[in-house]
Amino acid sequence: MKKIVKLSLVTVLAFSVVLAGCGKKEDTNASGGDVAKSSVKVGLVTDVGGVNDKSFNQSAWEALEGLQKNKGITAKYLQSKSKEDYVPNLNKYVKDKYDLTWGIGFDLGEDIKTVAKQNPDAKLAIIDAIVDEPNVHSVTFAENEGAFLVGVVAGSMTKTNKVGFVGGAEIPVIKRFEVGFKAGVLAANPKAEVTINYAGAFDKPDQGKALAASLYNAGNDILFHASGQTGTGVFNEAIDRNKSGKKVWVIGVDKDQSLEFGDDVTLTSMVKGVSTAVDKITNEVIDGTFKGGSETLGLKENGVGLADTSSKNVPEDVLKKVEDYKQKIISGEIKVPTE
Amino acid sequence: MNKFFKIFSFNSLVVPLVAILFGLIVGAIIMLIGGYNPLLAYSSLFSTVFGNLYDFGEAIREITPLIMTGLAVAFAFRTGLFNIGAEGQYIIGMTAASVVGIKVTGLPIVVHAVVAIIAGGVAGGLWAGITGYLKAKRGVNEVIISIMLNWTALYFSNYIVRNFLLIKGQQRSEDIQDTASISIGWLSTMFSDARMHWGTLIAVLAAVFFYIFMWKSKQGYELRAVGHNGDAAKYAGMNVKKNIIKAMFISGVFAGLGGAFQVLGVFHNQALFTGSPGVGFDGIAVALIGMNHPFGILLSAILFGTLTYGSAGMSFGADVPPEIIRIVIGSIIFFIAAQGIVRWVLKPFYLKRKKEKVL
Repeated sequence: MKKIVKLSLVTVLAFSVVLAGCGKKEDTNASGGDVAKSSVKVGLVTDVGGVNDKSFNQSAWEALEGLQKNKGITAKYLQSKSKEDYVPNLNKYVKDKYDLTWGIGFDLGEDIKTVAKQNPDAKLAIIDAIVDEPNVHSVTFAENEGAFLVGVVAGSMTKTNKVGFVGGAEIPVIKRFEVGFKAGVLAANPKAEVTINYAGAFDKPDQGKALAASLYNAGNDILFHASGQTGTGVFNEAIDRNKSGKKVWVIGVDKDQSLEFGDDVTLTSMVKGVSTAVDKITNEVIDGTFKGGSETLGLKENGVGLADTSSKNVPEDVLKKVEDYKQKIISGEIKVPTE
Repeated sequence: MNKFFKIFSFNSLVVPLVAILFGLIVGAIIMLIGGYNPLLAYSSLFSTVFGNLYDFGEAIREITPLIMTGLAVAFAFRTGLFNIGAEGQYIIGMTAASVVGIKVTGLPIVVHAVVAIIAGGVAGGLWAGITGYLKAKRGVNEVIISIMLNWTALYFSNYIVRNFLLIKGQQRSEDIQDTASISIGWLSTMFSDARMHWGTLIAVLAAVFFYIFMWKSKQGYELRAVGHNGDAAKYAGMNVKKNIIKAMFISGVFAGLGGAFQVLGVFHNQALFTGSPGVGFDGIAVALIGMNHPFGILLSAILFGTLTYGSAGMSFGADVPPEIIRIVIGSIIFFIAAQGIVRWVLKPFYLKRKKEKVL
């Protein structure tokens, strides 16, 4: 019996060596097949948050998935494990002659610039950072305007007059969330107190949970997070507290997070049109109208705003107030600070 | 030449090779269960790394710090110490190199880089020296201290970067002076802009130094003696405490140099860490696969770096999640640690060979 087991293991070994040999052959076939495809190829490089961050990396990828289905483009993503990976990941697409390479997140700004300079023929696009190269299209958002509106919601609905903000890291993008939110809260409720906290990371749910716990303990009943995957921890803490009978809220970010975490904890979400932007720019490549440059999407351009499902938890009168402020911001009557 | 091959005796060569093979098979089985094509995955892994010069160069970039942290861990292992703090020493090495690279000005081109490298190495060594000192003088377990020092190093270097080196509104430091760069411009151009640097050469030299120092010098003999049996070494008149501190210092220098190369040759600036980079921990695995031998470490770092770097290609070419490669690496380490399994499988071969000899 023992011998049989041994022999079989040895055969498996030998078999695998043979198979490994076959593998190479297959590879040459596969790369031969790739060339025949003629449709547009789009690549996407996530930041360290990864493609399942339930936030903006995911929104971006979903847009490409949609285009893959509807327009038959080839879309691929690469997740970055660390900052070292950004350049090789971007280059993987660029050197493979992809028609467009997306970098998602402020963190990739420098590296997009490097790659764009080294490959002037490649087309690149980036979310959340401005890269001043002729072959890069940069999309940024007026997060402060959207955050102002959710600030109005938080200010109007807090029972303790205390609300909190959890940020990922103190970078300009997140700073816009912070100051916009604060301004919105104070506009709706001058008595309210806003506590600002930064987790220092976008990929640390445990820290998000710890921060949320201390903020809730301090009497804040509504938290707004702008922290990518770290925010998952904020939501989990809120879910735990709601289960034990203490009503607290989280305001989601980037996409409608009530779909992910449920209406019980998600008061509303500040939706950032990452999907829309990715969709739009990618379509420009498909149509051949892609141009380098930069654009900022705000309330006016429908780049930011409240999630459509907000009416579930936010009462009519508050939504009306939000709409008022929105019009005032669009008309320029209210200027939302950016830093 | 004969001597060279003697280093790779049966155990040190065959066992790792079979373990690697087993690891790849385990990975393949898991891919099959997950509904992926393991052949396509592995072939795209290797064709990523060896398919074009750019990726080949970047893979070398990935391998270099692994050699250094692998050497760091192995050096301590050889002297009976478990330096789990290579991570912290690596980070401190990065930070010291950044500080010297950014703040020191006016040095000529080669000198500045050398000074920055030395600063990184010495800083890493001193950081590990803390562990060595506490172990030697107070008898505190080096594992616990060095783990704790990893976190201290992480937040300490974030503090330094945030307060002294940061560009306002960014998450990273200023760029180092051009004079401190150890990038090799012409080689990078040759490798279509892959980030090549002198650190790779130094890493190979460091492995040679490790070998000569450990096995050909009196100091190395003392270090090994202390590692084998501290009491016996003490009886023989060796200063055990001094040797422990020395061993940790040298171990830390290796890791610190690895960090310095990363700043001076790859990034040219230092970003705020949101989490531990993990290179030091990977060094433990590299040391284990390399059987704690410097030349084994060169090979295992190449393997580890190839697998890690190629994992991106694997998800690119075969849509296999890169985490699978961690499973492969994990199983390789498992089979190396559990050598009994490997020997047991190989036994039939050797039985046969013996019989043939008898006939």
